[in-house]
Amino acid sequence: MNTKQSSENPSAIDQIWKSFATVKLTIGLLLTLAATSIIGTLIPQNESPGAYLQSFGEILYRIFSLLGLFDMYHSWWFRALILLLVVNIIVCSIDRLQATWKIIFARNPRFNAARYRQLKTRAEFNHDGAAAHLKDRYLPVIARRFRFHRTEDTDNGFAIYAEKGRLTRLGVYVVHLSVVILLIGGLIGSIFGYEGFVNLAPGDSAGSIQLRGNNQILPLGFEIRCDDFKVEFYDTGAPKEFRSSLSILKQGKVVEQKDIIVNDPLHFEGISFFQASYGNLPPTEVILNFTSQATGMIYNQKAAIGKPVEIPENLGTLTLKKFTRQADFKGHNIGEAFIGELTPPNGIAVDVTLPLKFPSFDKMRKDKVFIAIADFVPRYYTGLQVRKDPGVWVVYVGFMMMIIGIYITFFMSHQQLCVEVTADGPKSQVMVAGTSNKNKMGMQKRVTQLAHRLENLPAAK
Amino acid sequence: MNSSLILSIITFVYGLAGFLYIFAWIFRKPAAGKLASWVAVVGLIGNTAGIILRWIESYRMGIGHAPFSNLYESLVFFAWTIALIYLVLERKAGNRVIGAFTMPIAFLAMAYASLKTGISSEIQPLIPALKSNWLIAHVITCFIGYAAFATSFGIGAMYLIKQEKEAEAVTWLDIAKPLTLFVFVLLFSRVLLVSNWAMAIMIALPLCIIFYIGVLLVRRLPADFRNRLLGVFPEAAMLDELGYQVTLFGFLFLSIGIISGAVWANSAWGRYWGWDPKETWSLITWFIYATLLHARLMRGWRGRRIAYLSLVGFAAVLFTYFGVNLLPGLHSYGAFGQ
Repeated sequence: MNTKQSSENPSAIDQIWKSFATVKLTIGLLLTLAATSIIGTLIPQNESPGAYLQSFGEILYRIFSLLGLFDMYHSWWFRALILLLVVNIIVCSIDRLQATWKIIFARNPRFNAARYRQLKTRAEFNHDGAAAHLKDRYLPVIARRFRFHRTEDTDNGFAIYAEKGRLTRLGVYVVHLSVVILLIGGLIGSIFGYEGFVNLAPGDSAGSIQLRGNNQILPLGFEIRCDDFKVEFYDTGAPKEFRSSLSILKQGKVVEQKDIIVNDPLHFEGISFFQASYGNLPPTEVILNFTSQATGMIYNQKAAIGKPVEIPENLGTLTLKKFTRQADFKGHNIGEAFIGELTPPNGIAVDVTLPLKFPSFDKMRKDKVFIAIADFVPRYYTGLQVRKDPGVWVVYVGFMMMIIGIYITFFMSHQQLCVEVTADGPKSQVMVAGTSNKNKMGMQKRVTQLAHRLENLPAAK
Repeated sequence: MNSSLILSIITFVYGLAGFLYIFAWIFRKPAAGKLASWVAVVGLIGNTAGIILRWIESYRMGIGHAPFSNLYESLVFFAWTIALIYLVLERKAGNRVIGAFTMPIAFLAMAYASLKTGISSEIQPLIPALKSNWLIAHVITCFIGYAAFATSFGIGAMYLIKQEKEAEAVTWLDIAKPLTLFVFVLLFSRVLLVSNWAMAIMIALPLCIIFYIGVLLVRRLPADFRNRLLGVFPEAAMLDELGYQVTLFGFLFLSIGIISGAVWANSAWGRYWGWDPKETWSLITWFIYATLLHARLMRGWRGRRIAYLSLVGFAAVLFTYFGVNLLPGLHSYGAFGQ
């Protein structure tokens, strides 16, 4: 019984191995990945459940949610497909590498003239020179074109065997390995890295950031301070530049300073800060316009929240109470506005709404004075994307390997050549034949060109 | 003389070249073929001049940047790459019929850039996200890839015309083919031409009917005339090999294009891959061509099946290029109405 079991076990493993060692599986997996990837481009990913419920309805929402379609590239089945592809790649590579290993790493490549005589890629011609003389003439021509060459004497002449690019047979394994390395790099990033954000007003600093996804707070181990933030626009209104001046502080001391813009982040201790977004902050100071109804005079005066302003002509006192992003007027949102309190001399205080966008809004009150916001200095906060990804260098290694590997695999080949010279009286018969594992048309051309070159080579000085 | 004017003229030059290639093929006029090559070369030179001039003009306007920053500029560069790749191929393969199937694509790209409403040919300043040295590398490599796939699409179509299967019993495949064609044409009408599905159907339906009437007419042609038309095509095996070589070239550059984009994304947003629709579609395209290569090299697929895969691959390329603009994402600066 025991022996039977042990002989069955390897065959079971063998069978699993074999089922993974087929290119049919590769093709199936690649096409499945291509087809399923489409779903995630049609359904917006990682939005709020409410938004999904609204656009898909109860039933579809449940089904999609069950299938993980709202975060499909991280769903169990998509990951399983990628895992299957990786196993498939590894098994296929090992399987084939075993077969080609001997060809690639043979110490003494064997040549067989008979094999070359049957090749299609072959040219033959007669040369006036004697075989013995031709050897010295031909060898340099071959040596210049092929890295490895060997001459063997035959019964009736000689044969030169040459080859190059033996190692290019490994190119495909470089590509396959690069895919595995890319995924390992991605895995390192998702286990040991994080992605978060922090919003800073100029002058503010933060010692922690908010993580994306779960909204956890993560301490940085140092402080990041925004010294300044500027937004520039083109005349067309399109944004030109977002620039944050950042400082890194450790124990209250500035240890690093940098202005970051989009495409030029700040890196510190493996954590990177990217210019990602910005938003409006309430202006700290505004210039107010007071228009007196009685005299028609307009007075400009600076104002800040909480500080009472005396209005000329003894028209009263205005105190800005607060700033609001969404002021309300009869149920309509009139945008950002200051709410102020106007106290006429000996009168009762009234609230006034001063929208930033509609300067003549206050006219509607039909009072002795009408107030408008003439000017203000816009203030913004900067939105920083914070990222730590220790796997990125692994990924970059994978990228380089992939490009180099694809180039080797498809644009270089293992070329083997045989030039056989047989004495034919005082003259010689020459055969040039070659083979390559890829780009056979190109090899045909090379052989023809080489034969032409050898044919027209003078036999001796 | 400004770059926009030059590029509008080049549209017609490419159109003329395409017309001459088709004329030379159908009426067997080698002289017209030679002329077509020269016209194509003139077009390529003018196209190059237009791109360089546009580059210089942007500096004169004080917003200097490489002319690869919006849909108009990318289409112009797409046409340039197709013309270049085709002319190199023509020299290598020594056959001008391929020009009848690829130069019209360059013409269509230019014509689309000039005529489609919502594609502005104005030089616009760069938005912050595009201000990077990676812009040039990323756009150039991607578009060399796209153009190579456009060429292999043309060659694949030639293969399918040349090696058309004799009509046997009607299989499910014969029903599936027109349906698939209709779906694709409908999709691309919607993406490229009109902004609602009803109008897309109004365009796609006649287009498909015209296509099948054309196919029927060609089938009814006298055998000797058909042979005359197809006889000047390169040999089927040669077409298969050429298409494959161009696909390899495209695959290398698509890979470099995706990777340069990933490296750029990492330096701009801190992540090299984010499953943004454009990223995802470029990966889908990569999967399809990877399938083609594995099927051909490891499973020995040749000819018709590979040709069909080239068609599907190019559809994915077009969707990566245009279709994604309908979907939400980060690559919106390549979109319409900009």
